[in-house]
Amino acid sequence: MGSTTVSSGSRIDSGAASAPLLTIHRVAKQFGKNIVLRDISLDVAEGEFLTILGESGSGKTTLLRIVAGFESADAGELSMNGERLDRLPPYKRKVNTVFQSYALFPHLTVEENVGYGLRVARIAEAEVSSRVEQALARVRMTAHAKAKPGKISGGQQQRVALARALVNRPKLLLLDEPLSALDANLRRQMQVELKSLQREVGISFVFVTHDQEEAMVMSDRIALLRMGELEQVATPREIYSRPATDYTAQFIGHTNLLRAEVRGGRASCGALGWEVGLADGPAAFSVRPEDVRVVEAGRTSVDGVVRFRGKVQHRAFHGATELVRVVAGEGLVFSVRTAGMDGREEVECEFSPKDAVPVRDSAERS
Amino acid sequence: MFSRAYRIAITVPPLAWVTVFLLMPYLLMFCFSFWSVSSTQTIVHSWTLENYKQLFTKDVYWETLLRSMWIAARVMVFSLALGYPLAYFLSFYAGKRKDLLYQMVIIPLWVSYLVRAYAWKTILGSDGVLNTLLQYVHLTRHPLDFLLYSPFAVVLTLTHIYTPFAFLPIYAALEHIPRNLVEASNDLGASPAQTLWRVIFPLSIPGVVAGATFAFVLSFGDFLAPLLLGGPSGIMISNIVVTLFGAAYNWPLGAAISLCMLVLVVSLLFLSERIEQKWNFS
Repeated sequence: MGSTTVSSGSRIDSGAASAPLLTIHRVAKQFGKNIVLRDISLDVAEGEFLTILGESGSGKTTLLRIVAGFESADAGELSMNGERLDRLPPYKRKVNTVFQSYALFPHLTVEENVGYGLRVARIAEAEVSSRVEQALARVRMTAHAKAKPGKISGGQQQRVALARALVNRPKLLLLDEPLSALDANLRRQMQVELKSLQREVGISFVFVTHDQEEAMVMSDRIALLRMGELEQVATPREIYSRPATDYTAQFIGHTNLLRAEVRGGRASCGALGWEVGLADGPAAFSVRPEDVRVVEAGRTSVDGVVRFRGKVQHRAFHGATELVRVVAGEGLVFSVRTAGMDGREEVECEFSPKDAVPVRDSAERS
Repeated sequence: MFSRAYRIAITVPPLAWVTVFLLMPYLLMFCFSFWSVSSTQTIVHSWTLENYKQLFTKDVYWETLLRSMWIAARVMVFSLALGYPLAYFLSFYAGKRKDLLYQMVIIPLWVSYLVRAYAWKTILGSDGVLNTLLQYVHLTRHPLDFLLYSPFAVVLTLTHIYTPFAFLPIYAALEHIPRNLVEASNDLGASPAQTLWRVIFPLSIPGVVAGATFAFVLSFGDFLAPLLLGGPSGIMISNIVVTLFGAAYNWPLGAAISLCMLVLVVSLLFLSERIEQKWNFS
């Protein structure tokens, strides 16, 4: 593990508290007629692990490349510690990148790859070798120091790429889907390693991925990008339990999206109804499968709880839990997460109105 | 997998071609180089080392051989000096004009060699474009006579003719460099010049070696440029071989010199192949 590094303040809500490390202000970008990013504003706090999450084509990689300096924004500003960043060429930015395909220099050894940034900066050779040694030890690649990148495995290349970036002690590390080339097991292992490494070094990470599970596991905050616009920026917990839009609710984890009509403080969706504090009109609600419970038939329910009967259509076993599809009639299908249940074909379920989270319609905005 | 008949059908023709048009001529040349010519101008089929002895003892032969190598070496250096920056610019900075510029480099290759060599004659001659211009602007009073019929003219012409040959493999090598390596280098703090030196150039070495080999080997064996523009001081080894096989009627000596050139060129190709292998990472 080595020495512990001091990190500043509480990481999770440092976004609002201290001055941000990186400020992205109203950035827009288009390639030809294709609008890739519109009006993106986002802060990254000191020591924060921020994930930019989005489907392919959402503009997440472009945003990362703008921060790195490989692309220039059409509009907007970037600043780091209050100084303009967007006017600097990539080689003058205190930012390093771990590329999706690692981009290790094939003609240099592992050691030379890691020492590249330091040697380019004309740092004394004695310091270069000691820092390289440290960095290689940190990612457990000391044994392969003399190997060429072509001779080591994908996971090892990934760690070298990480060491090559971190050895320069950047203020900000950008990671462009660095785990996407690894198989599932190694990937899960690397997620944990990467996260603990980030805690240890205390550098801000901006991590790009299309994998929502990965985002949930690793991030302090998630910035969800959809078609070039920020959908929601929040902690994993908040984005999961309080999704702002129907898109967010469906993209992050499983959900039941209920399209209801609100009238006189009461939402109704088919035969179901519950009290809400919303104005009249159409509204959408997200109910997570684990918030729906299978209950004993005939048991009297607590006041206000929404209860329905339905036919079991499909059951998917997930190990600890089981995801059951329940047809509640009138085209209403619920996903219900249970800890396992008997072979009943008809079940009675309920959820509490506080778990029906009102969400905006994504398409409505703009 | 494949029938015996099919395998024979596809291997025999190329093998036969190589045997008839390559191996046998080389073998014949090898034999000739150990024969001699009688006073009555007939080939004497008895083995002798006389031709090789002449080649290494008579000044005119080995001096011309050395001069040819020296000219070829200069052509190689100048072709690389012109071809590399051009290829680098085209590959990394030309943007949308890339294809157009690439074509402009290639087009001269479609023009007859002879035309390009003659063009230099009209430029470099004592009444040529260059001398007329120099006198017109009063930089010189008399025509400069070292411009034409000199090794200078040969090097200049061959450089002009063979630069595209040096350019092409370099350009191909540069185009093959993954752009994210260049980005990674910039990202790690290397300026464009540092990136060129530490990443782009090392990864283009196979192309540079291939281009250098082309320029050297092609100009080493060239005989038209020295014939047209070389004058007595610009004679190259191929001119001597041509004469020996023609007017002088000394095929054995011609064969000995050719074989010597062949050994030189083949060892050079072998060497460049080794270097290319060593620097190939894909």
